[in-house]
Amino acid sequence: MEFISNHILTLILFLPVLAAVVVLCLPKDNLKAIRWTALGASLIPFVLTIILWAQFKPGQPGYQFEQQYAWYSAIHSTFHLGVDGLSLTMVLLTTLLTPLALLASFSITDRVKAYMSLFLLLETGMLGVFMAVDLLIFFVFWEVGLVPMYFLINQWGSEKGEREIWKGVKVQARNYASLKFIIYTMGGSLGLLLAIQLLGVTFQTYDLPTLARQWTTLEGTLLGLPVATVKAVAFWAFVIAFAIKVPVWPFHTWLPDAHTEAPTAGSMLLAGVMLKLGAYGFLRLVLPLYPAESSKYAGALAFLAVMAIVFGAFASYGQKDFKRLVAYSSVNHMGFVLLGIAAAAKAPGTLDATIALNGAVLQMFNHGLSAAGMFFLVGVLYERTHTRNLDDFGGLFPLVPIYGGILIFTSMASLGLPGLNGFVSEFLVVRGSWPVLTIYTAIAMLGLLFTGAYILKGLRSILHGPLNEHWAKGKHKLTEINTREIIVMAPLMVLILIIGIWPAWILEVINKAVMILF
Amino acid sequence: MQFPFLGVIVFTPLVAALVILMYKPEWKKAIRWTALAAGLFALALSIWVYFTYDKAAAGYQFIEKYNWMPMLGISLHFGVDGMSVPLVLLTGVVMVTGVMISWGIEDRPREFFAFLFILASGVFGVFASLDLFMLFFFYEIAVFPMYLLIAIWGWIKTREYAAMKLTLYLFIGSMVSLVGALVMYWTSGQHTFDMLVLETVKFTPAFQKIWFLPVFLGFAVLGGIFPFHNWSPDGHVAAPTAVSMFHAGVLMKLGAFAALRVGIMLLPEGAKFWAPLIMGLALINIVYGAFIASVQTDFKYVIGFSSVSHMGLVMMGFATLKPEGLLGAGVQMFSHGVMTALFFAVVGMVYDRAHTRDIPKLGGMIKPLPLAGIGLIIGSLVSMGMPGFSGFVAEFPIFMGIWKTQWIVAVIAAVSIVVTASYVLLVVRRVFFGKMPEEFEGHITPIRTHDKIALVLLMALMIGIGWFPSLMVPWVQTGVQHILALLGGA
Amino acid sequence: MTTLLPILPEILLLALGVLILIIDPFLKNDEIRRPFLGWFTAGGLLVTLTLSLLLARPAGPILVFGGMLRFDWFGFLFKMFFIFAADVTALFFMDTDKLNRRAEAYLLLVAAGLGMCLMASSADLVMLYLAIETTSIPLYLLAGFLKDDEKSTESGFKYLLFGALTSAVLLYGFSLIYGFSGTTSLYDLGSHFAKFDLLAVGVTFMVLAGLAFKVSLFPFHFWAPDVYEGAPTPVAGFLSTASKAAGFAVILRLLTASFPIISADWSLILAVLATLTMTVGNLIALAQKNVKRLLAYSSIAHAGYAMIGVVAFSQLGVASVVFYLIGYVLTNLLAFGIVGIVGRVTGSDDFSAYAGLSRRNSALGLAALVAFLSLAGMPPFVGFVAKFFVFSAAIETGWTWLAIVGVLNSIIGLYYYLNVLKYVYLYRMENHDEDRHPLTVSRHVAVTLAILVAGILLFGMLFAPWFTLVSNATGTLF
Repeated sequence: MEFISNHILTLILFLPVLAAVVVLCLPKDNLKAIRWTALGASLIPFVLTIILWAQFKPGQPGYQFEQQYAWYSAIHSTFHLGVDGLSLTMVLLTTLLTPLALLASFSITDRVKAYMSLFLLLETGMLGVFMAVDLLIFFVFWEVGLVPMYFLINQWGSEKGEREIWKGVKVQARNYASLKFIIYTMGGSLGLLLAIQLLGVTFQTYDLPTLARQWTTLEGTLLGLPVATVKAVAFWAFVIAFAIKVPVWPFHTWLPDAHTEAPTAGSMLLAGVMLKLGAYGFLRLVLPLYPAESSKYAGALAFLAVMAIVFGAFASYGQKDFKRLVAYSSVNHMGFVLLGIAAAAKAPGTLDATIALNGAVLQMFNHGLSAAGMFFLVGVLYERTHTRNLDDFGGLFPLVPIYGGILIFTSMASLGLPGLNGFVSEFLVVRGSWPVLTIYTAIAMLGLLFTGAYILKGLRSILHGPLNEHWAKGKHKLTEINTREIIVMAPLMVLILIIGIWPAWILEVINKAVMILF
Repeated sequence: MQFPFLGVIVFTPLVAALVILMYKPEWKKAIRWTALAAGLFALALSIWVYFTYDKAAAGYQFIEKYNWMPMLGISLHFGVDGMSVPLVLLTGVVMVTGVMISWGIEDRPREFFAFLFILASGVFGVFASLDLFMLFFFYEIAVFPMYLLIAIWGWIKTREYAAMKLTLYLFIGSMVSLVGALVMYWTSGQHTFDMLVLETVKFTPAFQKIWFLPVFLGFAVLGGIFPFHNWSPDGHVAAPTAVSMFHAGVLMKLGAFAALRVGIMLLPEGAKFWAPLIMGLALINIVYGAFIASVQTDFKYVIGFSSVSHMGLVMMGFATLKPEGLLGAGVQMFSHGVMTALFFAVVGMVYDRAHTRDIPKLGGMIKPLPLAGIGLIIGSLVSMGMPGFSGFVAEFPIFMGIWKTQWIVAVIAAVSIVVTASYVLLVVRRVFFGKMPEEFEGHITPIRTHDKIALVLLMALMIGIGWFPSLMVPWVQTGVQHILALLGGA
Repeated sequence: MTTLLPILPEILLLALGVLILIIDPFLKNDEIRRPFLGWFTAGGLLVTLTLSLLLARPAGPILVFGGMLRFDWFGFLFKMFFIFAADVTALFFMDTDKLNRRAEAYLLLVAAGLGMCLMASSADLVMLYLAIETTSIPLYLLAGFLKDDEKSTESGFKYLLFGALTSAVLLYGFSLIYGFSGTTSLYDLGSHFAKFDLLAVGVTFMVLAGLAFKVSLFPFHFWAPDVYEGAPTPVAGFLSTASKAAGFAVILRLLTASFPIISADWSLILAVLATLTMTVGNLIALAQKNVKRLLAYSSIAHAGYAMIGVVAFSQLGVASVVFYLIGYVLTNLLAFGIVGIVGRVTGSDDFSAYAGLSRRNSALGLAALVAFLSLAGMPPFVGFVAKFFVFSAAIETGWTWLAIVGVLNSIIGLYYYLNVLKYVYLYRMENHDEDRHPLTVSRHVAVTLAILVAGILLFGMLFAPWFTLVSNATGTLF
């Protein structure tokens, strides 16, 4: 027990890798064993996270459950893990969504071993970013997460669809999407890499707490550039890298393709967690280290955020592909996160900023839940119908009432219906940004309106209206959502509801963290 | 007297070559197993040397000195420091994996392994040499077998041309350096070729400025420096698999290493003066290599040019003359060596079965060759500098060093990382994933056990150092400190 | 008796020659004659070598026989190598059809060897001239020995004409020297040529012309390719090695003893000549399709490399020349030996005859590898060390540009040597049926080749004791 509580973060972080190795050793034909091993193994980090949550002290400043080991001492980098309220929330999200994603993947039959292993490796990558208290480790895990996702999209992504690249050369949509995803994000992480290198060289350490302490005290010129310039370059590098990940309009173009072509569970984690890495980066690195620059450029950031909200909503509205619709809705929702961050940047230390930040972080968590849920539901439908085209559906509600109900519930969460989680976070963001960035918030409201529009439109096309006979009988008869799928949705729905009605349990943690940090 | 580890390591392959030459040509099994035994023996000794090297004491260890010709100050002088001991280990690894990959050679395996081992002895000799004459002696021994190996067992279309080009280029390079070395010998007035003594000689700055460039560039030709890199891609492609593994994996490191030992360490003022030029050339290597690699359609040419690009990183690291840059260069030599050996091994496996290396014509190889596919994927990730693998551990400090010297160069070089990522992923996808063309259906036999062992060993090294940099970095650091002392003192 | 020890080798050689002549009529038929003559000569030469090494080693350098000869290590060393070369050549003669049943051939060989020994230790102009003629005339005859072969007769004739002409020039030069100095002793001449005036220039030029012919230095190299190509292969081998070495021995002795002051001023000219020799030799070798001609041009080039050491003219320089020659003798004998075998079996010396050689006889292929790589200057063969020392000496004395020229030429050389090896190892016979065309080598030739290979490796790797020996020997020149 002692061991567990002393090494709880390392355990959570590396158990998925161990599980991946175990899975790889299983015989490849025994699908049942593979799936259940993977699922079971992924539940252990979740349980550990709950223990972690229980033992976490919300008001305490600094990182808790820290672990530090020598790693690459030649360049002053150590393997340093730790959580505070901000990262704990994200860790919970990750360890919650991963088992659900694995459970959702039980319908995959092609190369299950490799699939499951990649997912587990992906989990480690994401967890590592959240737990990292050393910049180099942060970067390592940031990159590590990219590779499994690349392969997941590439190999298990949607089989249909082609994209033309140039001179009439056509490639499979999933190849296009995966390559775009990895190259785009890597391009962004290049900036991250350069920034981290600069900082490491200047401050002779990559350790975040040490960096934070020395941040303002270091003076003079280093490496031919004044420290101020180094910091400025790093600022922009960080911003670009994280902007691509979030994604911030106009760096978002990789997202619709990647989310649409990824396999269901892949989209769940991509939208559910990976986008949050970017926002987390803003909150962990950009805002605390660069309050002045953030404040200066907050207006620009808010502008982009609002563009994301509005254009994301419009784009969703115009989609015919259900999955693409949900993908653009991610752009839309992450815009709110960004708006909250912008507001906090603009007016640091004020009550409004705190409220906005609370909203932003909660929105990160909430969107994780609802996006994962939405993508899963898209997948449920797709597995049965093999189409995502909204026009192909219609009036399905009588055929699949339970599915319909769940879909409506989750969509409402996405829409921001009061009583469900989306409302709480969006309200907080709006409330916090209104005094600070009034005009932008007002325009964002427009976006909110259209959010409602596209969601309702989507629901109508699928569930309501005249019944599309195609699915009514015969071999295309639509089957109801099954138990496994309900079990996947259940925790999400429960959490959505609880946070909607009683958000205190999580807001407590977030709020204390935000107040300490900013 | 302590056991002469280095002497045994250097001469084992040569002795094995002589033994093998005495076998009858039909005794193929005996030939292969003798080769493997010799390789494993050398590897075991190099592992021992590596792990018993005293990092705290640093400096040159395992020294053996036999007076060879006192009249001119030539001695058979072996020793390793933190920079060369990983390279000795690397040679051992590549030797063993090379033998395993060449298990299937049917045409005159006797001569093949004999020449390969003469090459190996030469390589070991250069890494372990602390005598300038002996360094050249072993250097040339490592050059001429390449001609035979490529011309006889290479790819029929270009082997003669590539072999001759390679040999002439390398010979010219080494001869240029030889002249420089001889001038250094006479000017020093010490009448010795002992490099430890020569390290202490302070040549005049004017002398160093004139002679650094020929000496460094002469050796750097073997390292593939632009614009003398042209022999490398053709040489890589024409050579049989194990020879490519040696070529890119070890031989190119020979050039870079010798350039470091003789150029930078013995002529530090010259190095400082010419560093910007070297940096510029290395930068061209990195970027140009990456771009050219991305438009190749022959699988092996992609890797050949990618080697040019990665060796550019090594020389860039040297040129920074900063601790981080030198550290990164040292690790990169090992990391790239292992990675490229892996690449070529996989290419060889694919080519042996599909009989083509034309990327558009390949596809779907992951099903019959899963381990090879994973190997290539991991190799690609290392090549991109993906964290978690040895490539990152190497490239990160190099970039740190570049930042400290000339930030714009770092930015341009970083572009190459993205280009590398794009082409390498594309190649992996096209060759291993997607649909397999009909003509290959049923013709792709799985790889054999010895192939698998080789692949796993190489992958394990890259992952191991990626996650535990402490397995290699402290060694290289001691070497770096010594170099810095030489640079700082002058 | 002790007064005869300095010329013990020569006496033994003379005795051997006479014995051959006497015994010959008693050998009735060819089957006995062929092997007997060869073994007798080879054995006799070996006995000569052994006895000389045991009994006739010089102590300090002294002039003997009224100053005709100088008994020093320098000369002794060369003599031993001439006898060794003749021994090897005799063994090769045994396999050469027209030569092996004629005792005259062996006699001429021994006679030429005798002349070379005298050349190496001559200390007097007259003696020197006699020695040179004693060497040359048998060689003219040997070159043209194959009466039925047009090429051989042409070669002998050309050699004779060229040789006679340069001999005349040489003699004229000698007589002028005598005229102006009043002495024929090489070691007394030094003081007479203190000034560098027109006379000295003219005289030195004439002498050098004669000697340059012997070592095939530009521009007196024209005879070499045709003569080597036409002469029977073992004779070409002997010519290209021992005869050239003898020429160098004389040059070195002259430059040290007789023209020491002038030699400093001649260095530039010699350097230019060396450059031209190397370059011309290498460049024309590139175009050859016949291995014998290629080796001929390669020999010309190697004379150029050796000349670099002469130009350097330091202690190291002179020693490096001698070491170079030793290595070169070993290597070229090996090369010509192989050429002889292939020529005999395939009837041709063109490159195409070598296709698939390594498959027909893998040991012979390896021997070819050793020979040509040593010629190219690759370690671990003697060629590398030899070139290293020569270049080293050049840089020591400030002739860096000459070393660079030498280096560049080595590269050209590497190219065409590798080309030959390409035929040996890569190319195959027309029907890929090498196993049905094995190349058998007679036992004694195989042993000889093995000894040469061993020598090349030994001198290439454990060179220190040999170089020290050579260095000490050349020290006695001064």
